[in-house]
Amino acid sequence: MSLIAAEDLTVCYGDASVLAHVTLAIEPGEIVTLVGPNGSGKSTLLHALLGTLPAAGGRVARKPGLRIGFVPQRLALDTRMPLTVRRFLSLPARQTAAAIGAALARTGVPGLEGRQMTALSGGQFQRALLARALLARPEILILDEPTQGLDQPGAASFYRLIEEVRNETGCAVLMVSHDLHVVMSASDRVICLNGHICCEGTPTTVGAAPEYRALFGLGTHGALALYRHEHDHAHAHGDDHRHDHPEPQEETV
Amino acid sequence: MLDDFFARAVLAGIGTALAAGPLGAFVVWRRMAYFGDATAHASILGVALALGFSLPVFWGTLAVALAMALAVAALAGQGHAMDTTLGVLAHSALAFGLVAVSFLPGVRVDLSAYLFGDILAVSKAELATIWAGAAAVLGLLVWRWSGLLTATLSEDLAQAAGLNPARERLVLTLALALTVAVAIKTVGALLIAAMLIVPAVAARAFARTPEEMAVAAVILGALSAAGGLAASLALDTPAGPSIVAAAALLFAASLGIGAARRRRA
Repeated sequence: MSLIAAEDLTVCYGDASVLAHVTLAIEPGEIVTLVGPNGSGKSTLLHALLGTLPAAGGRVARKPGLRIGFVPQRLALDTRMPLTVRRFLSLPARQTAAAIGAALARTGVPGLEGRQMTALSGGQFQRALLARALLARPEILILDEPTQGLDQPGAASFYRLIEEVRNETGCAVLMVSHDLHVVMSASDRVICLNGHICCEGTPTTVGAAPEYRALFGLGTHGALALYRHEHDHAHAHGDDHRHDHPEPQEETV
Repeated sequence: MLDDFFARAVLAGIGTALAAGPLGAFVVWRRMAYFGDATAHASILGVALALGFSLPVFWGTLAVALAMALAVAALAGQGHAMDTTLGVLAHSALAFGLVAVSFLPGVRVDLSAYLFGDILAVSKAELATIWAGAAAVLGLLVWRWSGLLTATLSEDLAQAAGLNPARERLVLTLALALTVAVAIKTVGALLIAAMLIVPAVAARAFARTPEEMAVAAVILGALSAAGGLAASLALDTPAGPSIVAAAALLFAASLGIGAARRRRA
């Protein structure tokens, strides 16, 4: 069965409906990316699927006992709360030191255990969040704008990591992309939202769809840039130091 | 030892610190300082009602503090501006409490005992109540610790892990009401929020994990109680305010320690 399915889902804030008649299902092992302009209901849909927002109409069904690995957009974390990476990875369930070390190594940030979460750079922070999500041995990874605040090479290598994790563990991936121009080429499906589902399909199909171009076409001439994996140079480990050379970027329409 | 009023006072202070330390850490992390204030101020109304109906003050305080905390939590859930709501509720509850006390027929109530605490007059029975209340608060927090921490970082994160953030909020609300009912005897309604926040903030300088911060807050709270009481005895100052003043001095010292640590790091 589907891991998560929404059927004719409508979500309202007060009287205003932000999401209307959405029907979708996430199958095991697939990578689904949600794109859409600001206010198009991407995050709303994610939260309705998670169960943090109630449905005003229609229904959401999650597979019973579904293990979700969630990477939130932000944490209410500042220096008021001391929190080492090790402690964070043990929330909410206690993890062994070995499991924590392995998860950090897998996400490309080994040895960060003793650091404070607030002392991490943006890229390290995202990878620590991902490591924590992986410790739940998820059947589905749900990521809310995971590359926000990363530069383009950082985002590209984060997407590559997600794809590798999917290939190794077979978990499904559902993510919201804030960056309309950068969508993982590894996405099995891209769903373009604007209060409802405008269009969906493979990244190239969606990039060529007239609905997508109508929504995003003006600023970018309809270009949907897909990160591919050919230029595999030096920053495979999510380092977020600035590069002093221009990053080659491949655009495919 | 319990026959000595000073020993009872110190034990009452330590009991209060046991509950206030870890709860205070959550109050700091979740930015609930004003929430604590509102709940504490409302407890004066509880005192008035308890005296009016000849009920134990502890239970009157607990009931009104709980009602206040639940009301504030409900309003917050509806998206009211929190600081304004709390500003209105905190001081209205205090005013209504003070007015209600004046209606009590034939009773001469020493209000200052409830506003600033009366720790030097703690009886053995009250000491038992304080420790039982503190044990209940600690038990609640330890039981739900992991869920509380997760929900504090991100309610979405908690939800995705199968926790119920609303239930975790309720646990904190209940713990807060219990702590207020415990601490009104030791530091009084006006200074309870200080006992929650000041030791916890001071503890931050010594901690690398949330647990260390909670434990350090208990230790600093207990030191404040002992130090404040000793100063109160030596200088003949009011006990409750002396305890809070001692906590504030510890906080000032922690600022220096924190700065020194950052320089070394």
